[in-house]
Amino acid sequence: MRLTKLLKLFSMIFAIALVAAACGGDDDAGSVTTSECGSDLGVAMGDSVTDLSVALVAPSAKDDVAFTQSMVDSLKRLGIDPQITDGTFVVEEAAAAIRGYAEDGVNIVIAHGTQYGGSLAEIAPDFPETSFIWGTATDTQGLANVFAYYPEADQGGYVNGYIAAALAGDIGIVGPVEAGDAVAYIEGFAMGAQANGASAPSIVYTGSFSDVALATTTAQAHADNGVGALTGTSQSAVGAVTVATANDLPWFGTQSNTEAWSSDLTVASQVYHWDIVLSDMIEQIEGGTLGGEAMSLTLENGGLVMEFNGCYDLDSDIRDGAESIIADIIAGDITTK
Amino acid sequence: MSQFFTLSVLIATLATAIKFAVPYLLAALGETIGQRSGVLNLGVDGIMLLGAFGAYYTVLETDSHLLGLIVGIAIGLIMGVLYAVVTVFLHAQQGISGIGIFLFGLGFSDLLFQELVGTTKPVKPLPTLDKLPGVGGIFEPLIEIEYLGPLLFDHNLMTYTAFLLVPAVTWLLNKTTFGMNVRAVGENPQAADSLGVSVARTRFIAIMFGCVLAGLAGATLALQLAVFQHNLTNGIGFIAVALVYFGAWQPRWVMAGALLYGLVTATRLRWQSLDIIPQGASDIAAMTPAIITILALVLLARRARGPAALTKPFTRH
Repeated sequence: MRLTKLLKLFSMIFAIALVAAACGGDDDAGSVTTSECGSDLGVAMGDSVTDLSVALVAPSAKDDVAFTQSMVDSLKRLGIDPQITDGTFVVEEAAAAIRGYAEDGVNIVIAHGTQYGGSLAEIAPDFPETSFIWGTATDTQGLANVFAYYPEADQGGYVNGYIAAALAGDIGIVGPVEAGDAVAYIEGFAMGAQANGASAPSIVYTGSFSDVALATTTAQAHADNGVGALTGTSQSAVGAVTVATANDLPWFGTQSNTEAWSSDLTVASQVYHWDIVLSDMIEQIEGGTLGGEAMSLTLENGGLVMEFNGCYDLDSDIRDGAESIIADIIAGDITTK
Repeated sequence: MSQFFTLSVLIATLATAIKFAVPYLLAALGETIGQRSGVLNLGVDGIMLLGAFGAYYTVLETDSHLLGLIVGIAIGLIMGVLYAVVTVFLHAQQGISGIGIFLFGLGFSDLLFQELVGTTKPVKPLPTLDKLPGVGGIFEPLIEIEYLGPLLFDHNLMTYTAFLLVPAVTWLLNKTTFGMNVRAVGENPQAADSLGVSVARTRFIAIMFGCVLAGLAGATLALQLAVFQHNLTNGIGFIAVALVYFGAWQPRWVMAGALLYGLVTATRLRWQSLDIIPQGASDIAAMTPAIITILALVLLARRARGPAALTKPFTRH
């Protein structure tokens, strides 16, 4: 009898140890990971979570190392190989694609762009059997067959800003259009930087999500002004990264992991893991609920992941400080808005 | 505002304006030659995109900027033949065929990019004078000259090429037989034809010049930015066409227009970076270059008279 109890105890300890090991491998738990220097950044296709057909309509290229790629990578993690219409900056083209997929009987149509909201309000009621997933948006416009998603990008922005302030006193930010998650990220970044003693970062919105030349010129203006670190968002930010590289300035990414642009100078990236909310939405769709809820990505739910660059030699104190900040944000001890 | 009016910031802003103006200037100079012969090409942006992708991909694969620029020129040449055949020999409506060339360039450059590259990978940017292999050391002391160094010597070779092309194109148009033929077929093709000038051949060559410079402008843009992505030009080609009107079909005024556009853009970005323009006004600020260009067109260009036969196909009677 005693032996049986002892075996049970050992079994329990062994099981707990296994779970702990699985959850805490390396330092990469939940909302923080570190890339292996020189490793392939590509996302592997996961086991499929659904048999439903999925289509994605997105404004920029599917491999833009930014907004659209974050969604494509998230779908891969869920084992979904969607039909894709990308590069639809023109809303009318996106609307035609969204309607076309719905007419073709696709079960789930993801409209990956805030600007598609108006079109969706017209299209969704015409296809009550189709579920539309739309973002970034904080509400579903009252549509029963629309789910909405939104990243609390200010959280990762705050962390990036906090780290940047530890590396440089003056920081330059290259923003695209003053809207959506770009504003959230930039405002969070500025808060984090100032919380760690930096002066208010210099923020420039170029007015375009895609104009690389403007992003490059803006970043160069920041560099000329003597900033010690740069960050930016949208696919146009690749232009700012080339300036960071030319001037040897640390770079902070968001949306996707920007190590693809700069493996040496990217310090950390806030990466959107839309799969966290998509899996929940798909589960509801399979259960017959086609929409009606808005969900957000946060550091707490693992939808926002801070990916540190294994190639960048970040001081361990700074890294520890950043992880402490992440924990505080998750615990609600730090407000990032 | 006082922080903007320091010599170092003003010089840096001017240097940025010069860099920014280069692709506009190259494309607009080419378009000037074409328009002086009576051919409007609204496909400049599409040709720039194809030239940009060709140059970017070549540098990505070979690491040779020279080869990249040559590929950009070659693409311009091929597109020039296509556009010339359509407009000069098939007498297609110039505006529509130009838009067709633009859409082709926009779509095909993106298709090639998706198929051959996928995710944007930065390449080495065009080197500035002091970083030129072998001879860079000669220019290092020049760049270190206070204020003037960064303004005049901290540029890549394509910047100097673009600005040297201004007197070259002026000379070509005003001092050579070919230039006189170009102007003649642009003003009165019937009269030129009656004097033995081949209107078709002259326009064909003028279009070649224009498209080669458009291809080179795209290549320069991609290699200055050191990247390529969907619609990299963001309408530079269309602004270049507007600059030809702004510059009243005179290369020196076209250059002035390109520099003005570059200066307005560089100034507004600098003002934003120095918090002179408040963040809330960023949308309005983004429109400034376009607004100033339109105002300048309204105030200045209306006084200029364009080539009389511009956009008119020539048919021998």
